[in-house]
Amino acid sequence: MATIELRGITKRFPGVVANDSVDFAATAGEVHALLGENGAGKSTLSHIMSGLYRPDEGEIYLDGEPVSFHSPRDAIDAGVCMVHQHFRLVDRFTVAENLILGDRRGAGRSFQLRPGAVVDQVRKLGERYRLPVDPRARVWQLSVGERQRVEILKALYEEARVLILDEPTAVLTPDESSTLFETLREIVAEGRTVIFISHKMNEVKAVSDHVTIMRAGRVVETVKTADADAKQLAALMVGRTLETVQRTRTGTVEGDVVLSVDGLSAESHRATTSLKDVDLSVHAGEIVAIAGVAGNGQLELAESIAGLRRRTAGTVRIGGRAVDGVRAAHDAGLGYVPEDRLGTGVAPNLSLAMNIELKSYREDQLGPFLRMGRMRERAEAAIERYEIKAPGPHAEADTLSGGNIQKVVLAREFAGKLKALIAASPTRGLDVSAVETVHKHLLDAADRGVGVLLISEDLDEILALADRVLVMYEGRLTEAPRDDVAAIGVLMAGGDATP
Amino acid sequence: MNHSLLVVLIASGVAYGTPLLFASLGELLAERSGVLNLGVEGMMLVGAVMGFWSVQRVHVGSAALSLILGLIVAAFSGATMAAIHAFLVITLRANQIVSGLALTIFAGAVGLSSYIGSDLNLADNPSSHTFQPFFPNAMQKWPVVGPIVFGQTALVYLSWLCVIAIAYYLTRTRPGLNVRAVGEAPGAADAMGISVVKYRYVHTLVGGAFAGVAGATFTLALTPQWVNGITGGAGWIAIALVIFAFWRPELCLVGAYFFGALQALAPELQARNISLGPTELWTNALPYGATVVVLVLVSWRGAARRLGAPSALGTAYAREEA
Repeated sequence: MATIELRGITKRFPGVVANDSVDFAATAGEVHALLGENGAGKSTLSHIMSGLYRPDEGEIYLDGEPVSFHSPRDAIDAGVCMVHQHFRLVDRFTVAENLILGDRRGAGRSFQLRPGAVVDQVRKLGERYRLPVDPRARVWQLSVGERQRVEILKALYEEARVLILDEPTAVLTPDESSTLFETLREIVAEGRTVIFISHKMNEVKAVSDHVTIMRAGRVVETVKTADADAKQLAALMVGRTLETVQRTRTGTVEGDVVLSVDGLSAESHRATTSLKDVDLSVHAGEIVAIAGVAGNGQLELAESIAGLRRRTAGTVRIGGRAVDGVRAAHDAGLGYVPEDRLGTGVAPNLSLAMNIELKSYREDQLGPFLRMGRMRERAEAAIERYEIKAPGPHAEADTLSGGNIQKVVLAREFAGKLKALIAASPTRGLDVSAVETVHKHLLDAADRGVGVLLISEDLDEILALADRVLVMYEGRLTEAPRDDVAAIGVLMAGGDATP
Repeated sequence: MNHSLLVVLIASGVAYGTPLLFASLGELLAERSGVLNLGVEGMMLVGAVMGFWSVQRVHVGSAALSLILGLIVAAFSGATMAAIHAFLVITLRANQIVSGLALTIFAGAVGLSSYIGSDLNLADNPSSHTFQPFFPNAMQKWPVVGPIVFGQTALVYLSWLCVIAIAYYLTRTRPGLNVRAVGEAPGAADAMGISVVKYRYVHTLVGGAFAGVAGATFTLALTPQWVNGITGGAGWIAIALVIFAFWRPELCLVGAYFFGALQALAPELQARNISLGPTELWTNALPYGATVVVLVLVSWRGAARRLGAPSALGTAYAREEA
């Protein structure tokens, strides 16, 4: 019998059917992957299982008994816990305090707070499941990987029988990911159930027993992981065969240096992420990737090249010209696709047309007056060329999906006389088809002779696109062997790759 | 019995600081749950006038009972005012700053409290009962501790109990942990089955009750009469005090007495015929000046967070369900 079973789940949001009579079942002792693109309905489904949303139709069964969750608390009490992508932890509390919070059964449920009572238990759980964390440490002091461990510990402490993880590897290094997979195997070995949400084929292959593929709010198929190959899964997920975007390398790139960075240092509010004396050069037509776990100074690097962050030392040259400041960098031919798409990439409340015009309005507008007609024409051209799905040029940017916002950003950045481009996590959170489009445009740009600096946490993306790979760790850059995933992984964790 | 200036200053600092202490404890409770209430001044004035009204016009057996009833009425009035703010910012998710300012304007010196005061003809009469020093006269004559510790009204000792109770509640009990979670990370608290709405309502209302009592401290103890705008900006100082005290009740006490002593400085000097000339203006303005400085200092980007401000302070919470 299935540990958790959903029958005919339908959930509607204004204008969308997020889940359309979905049937899903996961049994004890298995890791069951839920695979699908963004917007396929996996998050909605997991939120229904974990009590955050209530289904409009359909039933949930636990061990064959119908249940109805009115809140996440009901789900936790029934043994269904979820580890969200954005952790639900109180940063200022200790690990132990976070576990006590909302504890209704364990040692921490007394009126008087006794964090000491749970400390030992946390240690034991940590040893048993290979989830080492100091129970007395405050959450803000922990790395992202450690915070995830706290979330999983919390679920185990609550004696979860069903553990749902929403894209858990998005924040982990390759090493941390494989440790997580071992932990998950251990958890299911005891007869618990793990539901693993992902859109990454290789992870699903690595960790799951069964995989349920969702597309456009419906379940497409449930298969045994061992019987499916990655290509097949991808096709089921997208509903068509994907072109594999892969850089066809023409040997070493001989172009001029279009972006060079010498001895660049910059401050950050966290000491580990300050840039320390970074050197780097990108040739015309070359894609240089910066790999690394988020928060190791990538943001600081991108911003100080783009002129958005004050440098404490060093120079940046674009097309041979030393630049400092946003205007200077832009005028010298730098494009910047920022990591924070909605906050920095676009002005969310402005129309698509205005967003596309944000950088070029100085060149051909009539002083303080805008040429609305020309803007509209340009926006319409961009909508067509970049396949932006939008009601029209007047749609406000924040009404678009992530992928379409990114296309708007690309349309704007590619509009001028571009020499170099910084693309910071350009595909984070995008679904497979949008990723494909973004990759194609990046490759196009490189083919046209633009030097691309690609900052990414996604190793697959880096391997598919980059000519050279540098790894960023604690604000420093190290050159990595282009095709050696293991070595890149070691460098990402701060290790030394030279044998 | 002539005490040294320092002893008198500390003693009156404690007395003048008591309404500040009550008000800042109340604001601290609300802020720890994530609700910034800038309506303190208004809630204090309504508490002041209603507490005074109760003591003047509601006749019960003894002076003590009358005063206790006055406090209850003041607390209830403050909480009622806070309920307006709570409904606007928690249920309707209005902007907390705007709503708090509106509350102070609505209830404040040219608003509700003033209307009640003049409509009920409360002005220009001394209070029929007032809080007197709690301990016998003989004890007050003891050197140093006499005036400072034993020369105070019951309200002062009540406020000390409140400091201890709130400090214990916030750091040592589960509901205290819950309210801190609600103020720091409402999403996390909600996911663990803690009702963000309930905790915020309760703490905002209790905070309002404290402000009401703070107001009544003026009309029933410090300057026992009703004068329009009697709190004279103490509500604003209380808000600054919470920041000054890094959101910790025991430091609220220190800060409140410090500001109380500043306020007592000018009249004490005057009473001793020490003329400061134009400097007197400065001594009078000192508490307000210090408030402005503290607010500017902590408003610097990121400073509030380092000092211990609840992370979700000032933000509405809505579960992400559509």
